Amino acid sequence: MKLNENRTLYIYVLIYFGFLYIPVMFLPIFSFNQGIHMAFPLQGFSTEHYEDMWNSPKLFDALWNSIYVGVVSSLMATMLAFFAAKAFTKYKFRGQALSYGAILTPFLIPEIILAIALLVIWVSVGLPLGLTPIIIGHVLFCTPFCMIILIARMEGFDNNLEEASRDLGEGVFMTFWRVSFPILLPGLIAAFLLGFIISFDEFLLAMFLQGSDQTLPIYMWGQLRFARRLPHVLALGAVIIVATSLVVMLAYWLRNVGQPQEKQDLTFKI
Amino acid sequence: MSENFIDIRNISRHFGTVKAVDDVSFSIKQGEFFSLLGPSGCGKTTLLRLLAGFESANQGEIFIDGVDVTTMPPNLRPTNMVFQNYAIFPHINVKKNIEFGMRKEKLSKQELENRVQEVLSLVKLEGYEERFSNQLSGGQRQRIALARALIKRPKVLLLDEPLGALDKKLRDEMQIELRNLQKAVGITFVFVTHDQSESISMSDRVAVMNEGQIQQISDPHDLYYNPQNIFVSDFIGTTNFLSSSTGSSNGENIMVKIDQIGEFSIKNKLNIPENDNETVVSIRPEAIVLSPSPIDKGDIVMEGTIENSSYYGELTSFYVRVQGAENPLIASSQRFDNNSFEGNKCYLSINFEDINLLKKE
Repeated sequence: MKLNENRTLYIYVLIYFGFLYIPVMFLPIFSFNQGIHMAFPLQGFSTEHYEDMWNSPKLFDALWNSIYVGVVSSLMATMLAFFAAKAFTKYKFRGQALSYGAILTPFLIPEIILAIALLVIWVSVGLPLGLTPIIIGHVLFCTPFCMIILIARMEGFDNNLEEASRDLGEGVFMTFWRVSFPILLPGLIAAFLLGFIISFDEFLLAMFLQGSDQTLPIYMWGQLRFARRLPHVLALGAVIIVATSLVVMLAYWLRNVGQPQEKQDLTFKI
Repeated sequence: MSENFIDIRNISRHFGTVKAVDDVSFSIKQGEFFSLLGPSGCGKTTLLRLLAGFESANQGEIFIDGVDVTTMPPNLRPTNMVFQNYAIFPHINVKKNIEFGMRKEKLSKQELENRVQEVLSLVKLEGYEERFSNQLSGGQRQRIALARALIKRPKVLLLDEPLGALDKKLRDEMQIELRNLQKAVGITFVFVTHDQSESISMSDRVAVMNEGQIQQISDPHDLYYNPQNIFVSDFIGTTNFLSSSTGSSNGENIMVKIDQIGEFSIKNKLNIPENDNETVVSIRPEAIVLSPSPIDKGDIVMEGTIENSSYYGELTSFYVRVQGAENPLIASSQRFDNNSFEGNKCYLSINFEDINLLKKE
């Protein structure tokens, strides 16, 4: 059955995409609107909000903080998740289900509980709030997501390949570097990107653990209180939408680069 | 030629309560094509992995060319392995696969290229350097796995059921090729298989394993004609088992009463005790001579009725009921087929030398 032969399904798909994308499209539309009011009719085309955005040094501080937190925490989470995924896919051991559940817990318990718990501990130990506790929180929070992706990717990994490398004279580290790492690289990149995206727009942990260092979501939330400042947040939102799309396309391209044509995958698997 | 090139001494490997390899000792000669044969789960692959270094022994020692390798990691052992699924690295091409293990040898570019071409011509895959694993057939992958191992010039090549994934015709070709290759390179081969005909046709010697223990180590001919026990006799080829009991012995011979057939004096190769009711005799189907007309030659001559037959092209298997016997005897013949016997009546003869007396287990 072809999709366009079934009108109901076709309409359903249209509504679905509309529901998904129309609200998001308001951001770029209003970001080019003249004036500070987010309402129709549009007042005319203007790039003033983008100029405003460009001239907000605090915004760039927050952006830099978010990228820094995202890269560091996602790198650490991907690494930890890789070790965990390796253990779960390669070995059978006592307490396997329990440790799997334990790693998954930060993903299952309400985030606000995690945030309060981390705040209480951090403050009671007497350490200063700021980006470091946010990174720790994000590592905790991102690791289960990264692990789920990596387990899915590594389940089909042929352990004989590692044994073959050992057999051909390589030690544990060079076996990882020459065999496992290049073969699992697309999965590692996917895990890293997901971790980064989760960290980048994470709000609650960053809210509770921030000191004077704001991440981008906290900054944007702070700006919403001032009606005059709202439009440049819209501009920022539009830029983020475009940047995210570019990252996804880049990830897709990276996945297929160097692969023979018939092995190229048309879907972007997370 | 060293007699104890590979020396396995009291090796055990347990997984929980399962004794995968249970106190096994034997030696393999230098340059030998040695097979480990047995049903799945008999411990043959575990034993091979112990030789490669992927399993560590709970007990015992392994020596290769005089060196104790028992606790040596796989990357330092003078062994290389051809994996059952070949384990060709999918992210690099054939040439880089073959060169993979040569990183530490520090050869010049030209020397390395010569070595690659040498093994590629050995496995007859010149010109495949740029291919990737997913562009190769099963047979080609196997050759690349061989080349990748042989370029290292190992003292021992370990092969884990390398022909299992190939179709029958290719498998038959590869059997001959592997055998020729082994003779050409002179490397000691240890070959794991569950296929008895494969091991018999290729090997200098075969170790038959069951439940973690070696049942018998012999050359293929001896394995077939002089099995040491019921398991080996049953696992290698097809055979007829008949319950029997021994009487008194007389020099090399012993009186054996074979159920429903009679009492005869046959050779007691395995020193079965006198007056033992717990014995069986094994008679190979091709040792039973069948004829549509009465036979006058042979130590035991009988009459029978053909109950069934299976035609295999090169021979036909007949299921022959001898009067009074509990089960039909299987006899195979190249000369006759089902149409040769009128009214299914047949005559058969067996020579004493083809009867193997074994202990019941």
